[in-house]
Amino acid sequence: MSIGCIYALVALGFVLIYKATEVVNFAQGELMMLGAFLAYTFISILGWNYWVGAAASIFCMFVIGNFVDRIFLRPVLGQPQFSIVMVTIGFGYMARSGAGMIPGWGTETYAISTPFSSEGMSLVPESIGSLVISQTDLSVIIATVLLCAILYAFFTHTRLGIAMQASSQNQLAAYYMGIPVKAVFSMIWGISAAVAAAAGILLAPTTLIDTSMGFIGLKAFPAAVLGGFGSIPGAVVGGVIIGIIETLAGFYLPPGFKNVAAYIVLLVVLVVRPQGLFGQKTGKRV
Amino acid sequence: MRFLFKTDYNQDIRIAKHSGYYWSYGLLLLIVIAAPYFLEGYYIGQMTQLFIIAMAGVGLMLLAGYTGLVSLGHAAFFGIGAYTEAVLTSNGVPLPFMEEPVIFPFVISMPLAAIFAALAGVVIGIPVLRLTGIYLAIATFAFALVIEEILSRWESVTNGYTGLLVESLYVGDTELTDGAPFYFLSLGLLVLVILISINLLRSPTGRAMMAIRDSEVSAQSMGVNLARVKTTAFALSAGITGLAGALFAHKLGFLSPESFTVFQSLELLVLVVVGGIGSLHGAIFGAIFVLALPQGLAILKDYLPTAIAETPGMEPFIFGLILVLVIIFEPYGIYGRWLKIKHYFQMFPVYKKATFKRQKAYMKSERLK
Repeated sequence: MSIGCIYALVALGFVLIYKATEVVNFAQGELMMLGAFLAYTFISILGWNYWVGAAASIFCMFVIGNFVDRIFLRPVLGQPQFSIVMVTIGFGYMARSGAGMIPGWGTETYAISTPFSSEGMSLVPESIGSLVISQTDLSVIIATVLLCAILYAFFTHTRLGIAMQASSQNQLAAYYMGIPVKAVFSMIWGISAAVAAAAGILLAPTTLIDTSMGFIGLKAFPAAVLGGFGSIPGAVVGGVIIGIIETLAGFYLPPGFKNVAAYIVLLVVLVVRPQGLFGQKTGKRV
Repeated sequence: MRFLFKTDYNQDIRIAKHSGYYWSYGLLLLIVIAAPYFLEGYYIGQMTQLFIIAMAGVGLMLLAGYTGLVSLGHAAFFGIGAYTEAVLTSNGVPLPFMEEPVIFPFVISMPLAAIFAALAGVVIGIPVLRLTGIYLAIATFAFALVIEEILSRWESVTNGYTGLLVESLYVGDTELTDGAPFYFLSLGLLVLVILISINLLRSPTGRAMMAIRDSEVSAQSMGVNLARVKTTAFALSAGITGLAGALFAHKLGFLSPESFTVFQSLELLVLVVVGGIGSLHGAIFGAIFVLALPQGLAILKDYLPTAIAETPGMEPFIFGLILVLVIIFEPYGIYGRWLKIKHYFQMFPVYKKATFKRQKAYMKSERLK
């Protein structure tokens, strides 16, 4: 369930960027990794308070996301979608190996000390039944729900959010309407990177931090597709479903299925219902 | 500058555009044929690997560069080809009506490897036909991950992570899969594959593929059978990549699922992009790039201060950096740059930069509400 929420958060990052810029960011997992490393720097190396450190790293990632868009993506704006995707793949390579080169980060694994204990905590009174959840997992779930609610409200109720939706539908028309499309894109990348950082910080207690933790981003693809690319609630539901399927596959199916269960689901979804659970059916323009 | 006056249609579809082609490509062919006689063993091995990777690149180029279908899972076809070849040639396969397990000669096993990979291409091709753009990329990506898992778990055939030894091939007394003979085998197959591709691309099927790349809806309106052409492209591309995989099996001599991961797929894609998408030359240039980069970096390391040279992860970093820079500054890759240089000398005093200028464009949405 909580791993599903992490998938959901990473998928949320994908969806945000896809929704606004129609780019699938293959470096989402790497952004998450950078966020986790920043948090590690602030909290463990510099010894800041957990909350301050987390907030600082989320803010830093917002700035970094902005810069990624400025430096890497703006020059290819308007090029075919595929070349933009390749740019994000290239950035992923750079981020992954770059993080290994920064002194103090390196290629080892690290942990962040959190205020949440990993001990079990029963959700319902013992008399009803046993439903035990660790504080860490609970923190993940609560944070996911909160972030989703905020983002959903942001997209539907604020001027900036609506501007983002507009520029996602038609860049040129949005530009004519006076929306600074490029700035909006940078903003979206910032937000997405910040969400990724949140995911990284929440994930840190469960999987520890290392430079290859970005690969979890690959698992978020099935989540995003299952929910329908471009739908915020879809990403969350998809993430949770993928998390549950994976756990169940680990229990009931022979070994090996756990790793690929998510991808088999992905293939089935793409064949049966390509628009996903919550996606809109779309045509393609000539 | 040579001006071509085309006077009939046959001139338009000739393989060699003008007589200069015979000279330049003939010379190139002569050089690569003569190469094993004056190169050392190590370089022959490297050249062989170059040919194999270039062949896989040609396979992906047909799909990504000419049909516009991006596959993030070509290592799967590469792996299927390699494992098929290894299984067919080494221990022998028990067949019905045969008393002993049959060990296939390579003349049969290599085409079979290609056909198996092509079948896998059709299997993945048919369901994903409805998908375009990024969904297709993700679907092939998932497919590759599933295949990778199968390769590592189906231990009775693939031997899992323990790995599978690939037997060397012999024709008479000469070992075919090492040194110069293998070099010529790879070269011959590469040339064959390139010729097939060139011929394909000037045939109706090839033109239909390019039409689909440029606009799917327009192609459909012009009477192109989307499903058939796309499946053909998938099968051909997978088949060629599978053939390259079969050669690669002999080159490696030892197969394990780790050789056919997603990163291999990404590397193939980088090869296609950096080499120059949409041209067969690009596949060759890209293969040279992918092979030469680690070597170049290794040489460069000797000249750098130790602090930088010893840093782990230098290589993927530069790999990523070059990929990003190429897409930003030279979207048609090395081949695009080559065209510009050629054009500069052809036009010598009057070369205009604007000839290859890109149009500024706002991205057109693929969605339609």
